[in-house]
Amino acid sequence: MCATCGCDSVEHAHDHSHGHDHGHDHGHNHDHNHDHDHDHGHGHNHGHDDRPRTIIKLEQDVLLKNRLLAEQNRGWLAARDVAALNLMSSPGAGKTTLLERTLRDLGGEVRFAVIEGDQQTSRDAERIAAVGAPVIQINTGTGCHLDAGMVRDGLAALAPQPRSVVLIENVGNLVCPALFDLGERSRVVVFSVTEGEDKPLKYPHMFRASDVLILSKIDLLPYVPFDMEQAIGYARRVNPRLRIFAVSALRGDGLGAWYDWLRGQAAQGGRDGV
Amino acid sequence: MHELALTQAIVEAVLQRAEEAGGRRVARVVVEIGRLTAVLPAAVHFCFELCAEDTLLAGAALVIEQPPGTARCRSCGAQVAIEDLLSLCSCGSSDLAWLSGHELQIREMEMI
Repeated sequence: MCATCGCDSVEHAHDHSHGHDHGHDHGHNHDHNHDHDHDHGHGHNHGHDDRPRTIIKLEQDVLLKNRLLAEQNRGWLAARDVAALNLMSSPGAGKTTLLERTLRDLGGEVRFAVIEGDQQTSRDAERIAAVGAPVIQINTGTGCHLDAGMVRDGLAALAPQPRSVVLIENVGNLVCPALFDLGERSRVVVFSVTEGEDKPLKYPHMFRASDVLILSKIDLLPYVPFDMEQAIGYARRVNPRLRIFAVSALRGDGLGAWYDWLRGQAAQGGRDGV
Repeated sequence: MHELALTQAIVEAVLQRAEEAGGRRVARVVVEIGRLTAVLPAAVHFCFELCAEDTLLAGAALVIEQPPGTARCRSCGAQVAIEDLLSLCSCGSSDLAWLSGHELQIREMEMI
């Protein structure tokens, strides 16, 4: 079907005036790469050559497929009253250590299951399994983020119990995972005090896309030049709605507030909202 | 390099339409990548040529439009232009609801 006019003929030629004003009059800048050598349509030859041209208006979200899969995951989780959390950070910020400690401290009270995302190895899944939680590892190979399709398969394999909390540890990467909805209930970014206060300014998309910020490794504050107040100020500048917890998974500081928040997530199950 | 995954999604969506139209070749694809997205147009151009190779999109022109960012301030209600994610309202607030600049859309395609 021709989406421009709704007719059923794909051969319908649209040989009226397009090609003479194709879009350059609407104020957006075009990043139009001319460094290839094919003939790409600036020759105003529409309507003059023998083959009819057809323009189809798509107006389609580039991430449509991922978004649909994410919504399916959300429905799957809601039907089981399961809350899923998407944990993201740069590599080495302490996500796995935080999960280990959380599972040990809260595992008797809240039912958890874990999806581990890494490019390679099942080392993180082995660490989680050693604490006694159900876990599956997703290896993305060269992929730099988890997507909703991978999480759908992961959830099916993991088969989390009703009224449990699924902790999804994304690939360590402060850029790409921000774009991909997995069907989670909340997004948590972990940012360690060894990374420097200005991380939220340098990687604003991740901090904007998150609901919760965990400042980790605060036991190291005496040894690193890190201004906590400034870091929180930068994070709030990018996202004034962030809920912030400062913790040390090693020593236990600040974990009580994080656990209270997790209990709330578990109580809300698969229902909407943060 | 999430641009590769995004470009694959663009090529797949366009290819599906071209196949539905009886396998017609695609001459041009227009996409919208807002200035506030974490997507680099140059990287999408680079990936597009790779992803389009040996398909109905081979040789197609990719036009990327980049709508500028605008937002409504949740503190004072003003509508403001924003350059990037660190921009503030003139009232000093950073609590901004984006109105434009976050587009990530395939707008149209032209088949021959």
